[in-house]
Amino acid sequence: MDTLQTLLLGFIGIVIVNNLVFTKFLGICPYLGVSGRIDMAFGMGLAVTFVVTLAGTLTWFIDHVFLMQFGLEVMRYLCFILVIAGAVQLVEMYLRKFFPALYESFGIFLPLITTNCAILGLCLFINLWGIDNLLEAVVLSFGAGIGFTIAICIMAGIRENLQLADVPECLKGAPITLITAGILTLAFMGFAGMIR
Amino acid sequence: MSSETSLNKTFFAGIWDNNPVLRLLLGMCPTLAVTAAVKPALTMGLSVIFVLLFSNIVVSLLRHQLKPHVRILMFTLTIATAVTIADLALKAYLPEMSDKLGPYIPLIIVNCIIIGRAEACASKNGLVVSIVDAIGMGLGFTITLCVLAGIRELLATGKIFEAQVMPDAFVPWAGMGMPVGAFITLGLLLGLVNIVSRKKA
Repeated sequence: MDTLQTLLLGFIGIVIVNNLVFTKFLGICPYLGVSGRIDMAFGMGLAVTFVVTLAGTLTWFIDHVFLMQFGLEVMRYLCFILVIAGAVQLVEMYLRKFFPALYESFGIFLPLITTNCAILGLCLFINLWGIDNLLEAVVLSFGAGIGFTIAICIMAGIRENLQLADVPECLKGAPITLITAGILTLAFMGFAGMIR
Repeated sequence: MSSETSLNKTFFAGIWDNNPVLRLLLGMCPTLAVTAAVKPALTMGLSVIFVLLFSNIVVSLLRHQLKPHVRILMFTLTIATAVTIADLALKAYLPEMSDKLGPYIPLIIVNCIIIGRAEACASKNGLVVSIVDAIGMGLGFTITLCVLAGIRELLATGKIFEAQVMPDAFVPWAGMGMPVGAFITLGLLLGLVNIVSRKKA
Protein backbone atom coordinates (compact mmCIF):
# COMPACT_ATOMS: atom_id res chain seq x y z
CA MET A 1 0.00 0.00 0.00
CA ASP A 2 2.76 2.35 0.98
CA THR A 3 4.76 1.74 -2.18
CA LEU A 4 1.64 2.18 -4.30
CA GLN A 5 1.03 5.55 -2.70
CA THR A 6 4.64 6.65 -3.28
CA LEU A 7 4.47 5.57 -6.89
CA LEU A 8 1.16 7.31 -7.51
CA LEU A 9 2.31 10.52 -5.85
CA GLY A 10 5.57 10.42 -7.78
CA PHE A 11 3.71 9.93 -11.05
CA ILE A 12 1.22 12.76 -10.53
CA GLY A 13 4.03 14.91 -9.20
CA ILE A 14 6.19 14.61 -12.26
CA VAL A 15 3.29 14.89 -14.72
CA ILE A 16 1.71 18.02 -13.24
CA VAL A 17 3.52 19.62 -10.33
CA ASN A 18 7.17 19.14 -11.36
CA ASN A 19 6.45 19.04 -15.09
CA LEU A 20 9.84 18.97 -16.79
CA VAL A 21 8.92 21.54 -19.42
CA PHE A 22 7.26 24.07 -17.15
CA THR A 23 9.37 23.95 -14.00
CA LYS A 24 12.75 22.55 -15.10
CA PHE A 25 12.95 24.07 -18.62
CA LEU A 26 13.85 20.72 -20.12
CA GLY A 27 12.94 19.84 -23.70
CA ILE A 28 12.36 23.42 -24.75
CA CYS A 29 13.80 22.97 -28.28
CA PRO A 30 11.21 20.46 -29.53
CA TYR A 31 8.61 22.21 -27.38
CA LEU A 32 9.09 25.34 -29.48
CA GLY A 33 10.04 23.58 -32.72
CA VAL A 34 7.44 20.84 -33.23
CA SER A 35 4.43 22.42 -31.55
CA GLY A 36 2.98 23.83 -34.81
CA ARG A 37 0.37 21.13 -35.35
CA ILE A 38 -1.43 18.97 -32.80
CA ASP A 39 -1.00 15.63 -34.60
CA MET A 40 2.75 16.12 -34.97
CA ALA A 41 3.07 17.31 -31.40
CA PHE A 42 1.26 14.21 -30.22
CA GLY A 43 3.50 11.95 -32.31
CA MET A 44 6.58 13.68 -30.95
CA GLY A 45 5.21 13.33 -27.41
CA LEU A 46 4.71 9.59 -27.88
CA ALA A 47 8.19 9.12 -29.33
CA VAL A 48 9.72 11.03 -26.42
CA THR A 49 7.63 9.08 -23.89
CA PHE A 50 8.87 5.81 -25.31
CA VAL A 51 12.52 6.86 -25.46
CA VAL A 52 12.48 8.46 -22.01
CA THR A 53 10.93 5.38 -20.37
CA LEU A 54 13.50 3.14 -22.02
CA ALA A 55 16.41 5.47 -21.29
CA GLY A 56 15.37 6.21 -17.70
CA THR A 57 15.09 2.52 -16.88
CA LEU A 58 18.29 1.50 -18.62
CA THR A 59 20.40 4.31 -17.17
CA TRP A 60 19.12 3.62 -13.65
CA PHE A 61 20.04 -0.01 -14.14
CA ILE A 62 23.50 0.72 -15.54
CA ASP A 63 24.18 3.35 -12.92
CA HIS A 64 23.30 1.08 -10.00
CA VAL A 65 24.46 -2.30 -11.27
CA PHE A 66 27.71 -1.31 -12.99
CA LEU A 67 28.92 2.21 -12.32
CA MET A 68 28.27 2.42 -8.57
CA GLN A 69 29.45 -1.15 -8.05
CA PHE A 70 32.84 -0.45 -9.56
CA GLY A 71 33.24 3.20 -8.53
CA LEU A 72 33.06 4.43 -12.09
CA GLU A 73 30.77 7.42 -11.50
CA VAL A 74 33.08 9.55 -13.65
CA MET A 75 31.86 7.62 -16.70
CA ARG A 76 28.23 8.40 -15.90
CA TYR A 77 27.59 11.12 -18.49
CA LEU A 78 29.34 9.17 -21.24
CA CYS A 79 27.27 6.06 -20.54
CA PHE A 80 23.99 7.97 -20.26
CA ILE A 81 24.42 9.71 -23.59
CA LEU A 82 25.35 6.45 -25.33
CA VAL A 83 22.27 4.67 -23.96
CA ILE A 84 20.03 7.51 -25.10
CA ALA A 85 21.57 7.61 -28.58
CA GLY A 86 21.04 3.85 -28.87
CA ALA A 87 17.40 4.08 -27.78
CA VAL A 88 16.70 6.84 -30.28
CA GLN A 89 18.26 4.81 -33.08
CA LEU A 90 15.94 1.94 -32.16
CA VAL A 91 12.82 4.11 -32.30
CA GLU A 92 13.95 5.61 -35.60
CA MET A 93 14.39 2.21 -37.21
CA TYR A 94 11.02 1.02 -35.91
CA LEU A 95 9.16 4.10 -37.16
CA ARG A 96 10.82 4.00 -40.58
CA LYS A 97 9.73 0.39 -41.03
CA PHE A 98 6.20 0.52 -39.68
CA PHE A 99 5.02 4.16 -39.83
CA PRO A 100 6.83 5.72 -42.82
CA ALA A 101 4.39 8.66 -43.03
CA LEU A 102 4.97 9.65 -39.42
CA TYR A 103 8.71 9.14 -39.95
CA GLU A 104 8.70 11.53 -42.92
CA SER A 105 6.81 14.22 -41.03
CA PHE A 106 9.25 14.13 -38.09
CA GLY A 107 12.18 14.87 -40.37
CA ILE A 108 15.15 16.20 -38.48
CA PHE A 109 13.39 16.21 -35.11
CA LEU A 110 13.59 12.47 -34.59
CA PRO A 111 17.40 12.21 -34.41
CA LEU A 112 17.26 15.41 -32.40
CA ILE A 113 15.50 13.52 -29.57
CA THR A 114 19.03 12.39 -28.75
CA THR A 115 19.88 15.95 -27.83
CA ASN A 116 16.51 16.53 -26.15
CA CYS A 117 17.44 17.77 -22.71
CA ALA A 118 14.27 16.29 -21.21
CA ILE A 119 15.67 12.79 -21.59
CA LEU A 120 19.21 13.26 -20.30
CA GLY A 121 17.78 15.70 -17.73
CA LEU A 122 15.39 13.10 -16.36
CA CYS A 123 18.14 10.46 -16.14
CA LEU A 124 20.22 12.96 -14.17
CA PHE A 125 17.33 13.96 -11.92
CA ILE A 126 16.58 10.32 -11.10
CA ASN A 127 20.20 10.06 -10.04
CA LEU A 128 20.06 13.37 -8.14
CA TRP A 129 16.87 12.54 -6.25
CA GLY A 130 18.51 9.29 -5.12
CA ILE A 131 15.77 7.02 -6.44
CA ASP A 132 16.89 3.60 -5.28
CA ASN A 133 14.33 1.20 -6.64
CA LEU A 134 13.81 0.18 -10.21
CA LEU A 135 10.00 0.38 -10.18
CA GLU A 136 10.02 3.98 -9.02
CA ALA A 137 12.55 4.89 -11.71
CA VAL A 138 10.34 3.33 -14.40
CA VAL A 139 7.21 5.12 -13.16
CA LEU A 140 8.99 8.47 -12.94
CA SER A 141 10.45 8.13 -16.44
CA PHE A 142 7.08 7.22 -17.88
CA GLY A 143 5.44 10.12 -16.02
CA ALA A 144 8.03 12.53 -17.36
CA GLY A 145 7.18 11.43 -20.91
CA ILE A 146 3.44 11.87 -20.30
CA GLY A 147 4.09 15.30 -18.79
CA PHE A 148 6.07 16.31 -21.87
CA THR A 149 3.29 15.06 -24.16
CA ILE A 150 0.67 17.04 -22.26
CA ALA A 151 2.76 20.20 -22.37
CA ILE A 152 3.56 20.00 -26.07
CA CYS A 153 -0.06 19.15 -27.01
CA ILE A 154 -1.46 22.09 -25.05
CA MET A 155 1.10 24.35 -26.71
CA ALA A 156 0.25 23.03 -30.19
CA GLY A 157 -3.46 23.63 -29.54
CA ILE A 158 -2.79 27.22 -28.54
CA ARG A 159 -0.48 27.84 -31.48
CA GLU A 160 -3.05 26.55 -33.98
CA ASN A 161 -5.39 29.28 -32.76
CA LEU A 162 -2.58 31.83 -32.54
CA GLN A 163 -2.28 31.80 -36.32
CA LEU A 164 -5.60 33.65 -36.49
CA ALA A 165 -4.54 36.23 -33.92
CA ASP A 166 -3.17 39.65 -34.78
CA VAL A 167 0.36 39.54 -33.32
CA PRO A 168 2.65 42.63 -33.51
CA GLU A 169 5.12 42.26 -36.40
CA CYS A 170 8.26 42.09 -34.26
CA LEU A 171 6.85 39.38 -31.95
CA LYS A 172 5.82 36.95 -34.70
CA GLY A 173 7.24 33.44 -34.52
CA ALA A 174 9.45 32.47 -31.61
CA PRO A 175 8.91 35.51 -29.33
CA ILE A 176 5.15 35.12 -29.07
CA THR A 177 5.57 31.37 -28.57
CA LEU A 178 7.87 32.03 -25.62
CA ILE A 179 5.47 34.54 -24.11
CA THR A 180 2.60 32.06 -24.52
CA ALA A 181 4.75 29.43 -22.82
CA GLY A 182 5.34 31.86 -19.97
CA ILE A 183 1.65 32.40 -19.40
CA LEU A 184 1.07 28.65 -19.61
CA THR A 185 3.75 28.16 -16.94
CA LEU A 186 1.91 30.64 -14.75
CA ALA A 187 -1.22 28.51 -15.08
CA PHE A 188 0.68 25.34 -14.15
CA MET A 189 2.14 27.11 -11.11
CA GLY A 190 -1.34 26.80 -9.64
CA PHE A 191 -0.54 23.13 -9.03
CA ALA A 192 2.62 23.91 -7.08
CA GLY A 193 2.43 22.87 -3.47
CA MET A 194 -0.20 20.22 -4.18
CA ILE A 195 2.52 17.61 -3.76
CA ARG A 196 5.89 18.59 -2.47
CA MET B 1 45.00 40.93 -44.55
CA SER B 2 41.95 39.28 -46.05
CA SER B 3 42.32 36.28 -43.74
CA GLU B 4 42.38 38.66 -40.80
CA THR B 5 39.12 40.33 -41.79
CA SER B 6 37.47 36.95 -42.27
CA LEU B 7 38.62 35.90 -38.79
CA ASN B 8 37.15 39.11 -37.43
CA LYS B 9 33.93 38.35 -39.24
CA THR B 10 33.82 34.81 -37.79
CA PHE B 11 34.35 36.23 -34.33
CA PHE B 12 31.64 38.86 -34.48
CA ALA B 13 29.18 36.57 -36.25
CA GLY B 14 28.87 34.60 -33.02
CA ILE B 15 28.21 37.70 -30.98
CA TRP B 16 25.53 39.35 -33.11
CA ASP B 17 24.68 38.12 -36.63
CA ASN B 18 24.52 34.46 -35.66
CA ASN B 19 24.06 34.85 -31.93
CA PRO B 20 23.24 31.31 -30.82
CA VAL B 21 20.40 32.24 -28.49
CA LEU B 22 18.86 35.33 -30.05
CA ARG B 23 19.20 34.41 -33.72
CA LEU B 24 19.56 30.67 -34.03
CA LEU B 25 17.37 29.78 -31.01
CA LEU B 26 19.86 27.14 -29.88
CA GLY B 27 20.55 26.18 -26.30
CA MET B 28 17.27 27.46 -24.94
CA CYS B 29 17.09 25.14 -21.92
CA PRO B 30 20.11 26.48 -19.99
CA THR B 31 19.28 30.00 -21.17
CA LEU B 32 15.95 29.82 -19.39
CA ALA B 33 17.02 27.72 -16.44
CA VAL B 34 20.13 29.42 -15.05
CA THR B 35 19.26 33.07 -15.64
CA ALA B 36 17.54 33.81 -12.33
CA ALA B 37 20.72 35.63 -11.22
CA VAL B 38 23.89 36.87 -12.93
CA LYS B 39 26.38 34.73 -11.02
CA PRO B 40 25.11 31.28 -12.07
CA ALA B 41 24.54 32.63 -15.58
CA LEU B 42 28.17 33.73 -15.81
CA THR B 43 29.41 30.39 -14.46
CA MET B 44 27.28 28.59 -17.03
CA GLY B 45 28.53 30.84 -19.83
CA LEU B 46 32.18 30.22 -18.93
CA SER B 47 31.62 26.45 -18.71
CA VAL B 48 30.03 26.52 -22.16
CA ILE B 49 32.98 28.51 -23.57
CA PHE B 50 35.37 25.90 -22.15
CA VAL B 51 33.41 22.93 -23.55
CA LEU B 52 32.94 24.64 -26.91
CA LEU B 53 36.65 25.41 -27.17
CA PHE B 54 37.62 21.86 -26.18
CA SER B 55 35.24 20.18 -28.63
CA ASN B 56 36.02 22.56 -31.51
CA ILE B 57 39.76 22.00 -31.10
CA VAL B 58 39.47 18.21 -30.89
CA VAL B 59 37.01 17.94 -33.77
CA SER B 60 39.05 20.30 -35.93
CA LEU B 61 42.21 18.28 -35.36
CA LEU B 62 40.41 15.01 -36.10
CA ARG B 63 38.43 16.26 -39.08
CA HIS B 64 40.41 14.34 -41.72
CA GLN B 65 40.10 11.06 -39.83
CA LEU B 66 36.34 11.28 -39.25
CA LYS B 67 34.10 8.92 -41.16
CA PRO B 68 30.73 10.49 -41.99
CA HIS B 69 28.56 7.87 -40.30
CA VAL B 70 30.35 7.87 -36.95
CA ARG B 71 31.01 11.59 -36.72
CA ILE B 72 27.97 12.47 -34.59
CA LEU B 73 28.95 9.77 -32.11
CA MET B 74 32.51 11.15 -32.02
CA PHE B 75 31.22 14.67 -31.42
CA THR B 76 28.98 13.52 -28.60
CA LEU B 77 31.70 11.55 -26.86
CA THR B 78 34.17 14.45 -27.15
CA ILE B 79 31.61 16.83 -25.69
CA ALA B 80 30.69 14.42 -22.89
CA THR B 81 34.36 14.13 -21.94
CA ALA B 82 34.78 17.92 -21.85
CA VAL B 83 31.62 18.31 -19.78
CA THR B 84 32.80 15.70 -17.29
CA ILE B 85 36.04 17.68 -16.86
CA ALA B 86 34.13 20.95 -16.40
CA ASP B 87 31.71 19.33 -13.94
CA LEU B 88 34.48 17.85 -11.79
CA ALA B 89 36.41 21.15 -11.83
CA LEU B 90 33.33 23.07 -10.70
CA LYS B 91 32.64 20.51 -7.96
CA ALA B 92 36.19 20.91 -6.69
CA TYR B 93 36.65 24.67 -6.86
CA LEU B 94 33.12 26.14 -6.74
CA PRO B 95 31.06 23.54 -4.86
CA GLU B 96 28.37 26.10 -4.03
CA MET B 97 27.84 27.04 -7.66
CA SER B 98 27.93 23.40 -8.65
CA ASP B 99 25.09 22.66 -6.23
CA LYS B 100 23.05 25.55 -7.54
CA LEU B 101 23.47 24.67 -11.20
CA GLY B 102 22.82 20.99 -10.44
CA PRO B 103 22.01 18.95 -13.54
CA TYR B 104 22.31 21.91 -15.89
CA ILE B 105 26.11 21.53 -16.13
CA PRO B 106 25.93 17.91 -17.37
CA LEU B 107 23.11 19.05 -19.62
CA ILE B 108 25.66 21.05 -21.62
CA ILE B 109 26.26 17.70 -23.36
CA VAL B 110 22.93 18.03 -25.13
CA ASN B 111 23.27 21.76 -25.74
CA CYS B 112 22.63 22.11 -29.47
CA ILE B 113 25.10 25.02 -29.79
CA ILE B 114 28.10 22.82 -29.20
CA ILE B 115 27.23 19.93 -31.48
CA GLY B 116 25.98 22.48 -34.02
CA ARG B 117 29.34 24.28 -34.10
CA ALA B 118 31.23 20.97 -34.30
CA GLU B 119 29.17 20.01 -37.34
CA ALA B 120 28.92 23.40 -39.05
CA CYS B 121 32.36 24.85 -38.35
CA ALA B 122 35.01 22.67 -36.73
CA SER B 123 34.57 19.61 -38.96
CA LYS B 124 35.16 21.77 -42.07
CA ASN B 125 37.72 24.36 -40.95
CA GLY B 126 41.26 24.56 -39.65
CA LEU B 127 42.35 24.96 -36.05
CA VAL B 128 42.58 28.79 -35.93
CA VAL B 129 39.16 29.40 -37.44
CA SER B 130 37.60 26.82 -35.13
CA ILE B 131 39.14 28.42 -32.04
CA VAL B 132 38.01 31.92 -33.08
CA ASP B 133 34.56 30.60 -33.86
CA ALA B 134 34.31 28.83 -30.48
CA ILE B 135 35.30 31.97 -28.58
CA GLY B 136 32.93 34.18 -30.59
CA MET B 137 29.97 31.84 -30.20
CA GLY B 138 30.73 31.21 -26.54
CA LEU B 139 30.98 34.93 -25.82
CA GLY B 140 27.73 35.58 -27.69
CA PHE B 141 26.05 32.94 -25.54
CA THR B 142 27.58 34.25 -22.30
CA ILE B 143 26.68 37.88 -23.02
CA THR B 144 23.09 36.97 -23.85
CA LEU B 145 22.82 34.90 -20.69
CA CYS B 146 24.19 37.74 -18.56
CA VAL B 147 21.87 40.35 -20.11
CA LEU B 148 18.86 38.13 -19.51
CA ALA B 149 20.01 37.28 -15.99
CA GLY B 150 20.72 40.96 -15.26
CA ILE B 151 17.19 42.01 -16.21
CA ARG B 152 15.64 39.18 -14.21
CA GLU B 153 17.81 39.61 -11.10
CA LEU B 154 17.24 43.36 -11.09
CA LEU B 155 13.48 43.05 -11.28
CA ALA B 156 13.15 40.01 -9.02
CA THR B 157 15.36 41.18 -6.15
CA GLY B 158 16.46 44.75 -6.92
CA LYS B 159 20.08 43.59 -6.99
CA ILE B 160 22.68 42.98 -9.65
CA PHE B 161 25.53 40.60 -8.89
CA GLU B 162 24.13 40.45 -5.34
CA ALA B 163 24.69 44.21 -4.82
CA GLN B 164 21.68 46.41 -4.10
CA VAL B 165 21.02 48.87 -6.93
CA MET B 166 17.32 49.67 -6.73
CA PRO B 167 16.04 52.21 -4.17
CA ASP B 168 14.35 50.83 -1.04
CA ALA B 169 10.92 51.82 -2.30
CA PHE B 170 11.23 49.30 -5.15
CA VAL B 171 8.87 46.37 -4.76
CA PRO B 172 10.51 43.18 -6.11
CA TRP B 173 8.63 41.36 -8.85
CA ALA B 174 8.66 37.84 -7.46
CA GLY B 175 7.45 36.41 -10.78
CA MET B 176 10.65 37.40 -12.55
CA GLY B 177 12.66 34.90 -10.48
CA MET B 178 10.28 32.10 -11.43
CA PRO B 179 9.95 30.19 -14.73
CA VAL B 180 7.27 32.65 -15.89
CA GLY B 181 9.76 35.53 -15.83
CA ALA B 182 12.30 33.52 -17.82
CA PHE B 183 9.94 32.75 -20.69
CA ILE B 184 8.41 36.21 -20.93
CA THR B 185 11.70 38.15 -20.61
CA LEU B 186 13.32 36.02 -23.32
CA GLY B 187 10.26 36.45 -25.55
CA LEU B 188 10.36 40.23 -25.21
CA LEU B 189 14.15 40.29 -25.69
CA LEU B 190 13.75 38.36 -28.96
CA GLY B 191 11.12 40.86 -30.06
CA LEU B 192 13.48 43.73 -29.27
CA VAL B 193 16.29 42.10 -31.27
CA ASN B 194 13.89 41.72 -34.20
CA ILE B 195 13.09 45.45 -34.11
CA VAL B 196 16.76 46.46 -33.90
CA SER B 197 17.90 44.17 -36.71
CA ARG B 198 15.08 45.35 -38.96
CA LYS B 199 16.09 48.99 -38.48
CA LYS B 200 19.70 48.11 -39.34
CA ALA B 201 18.77 46.35 -42.57
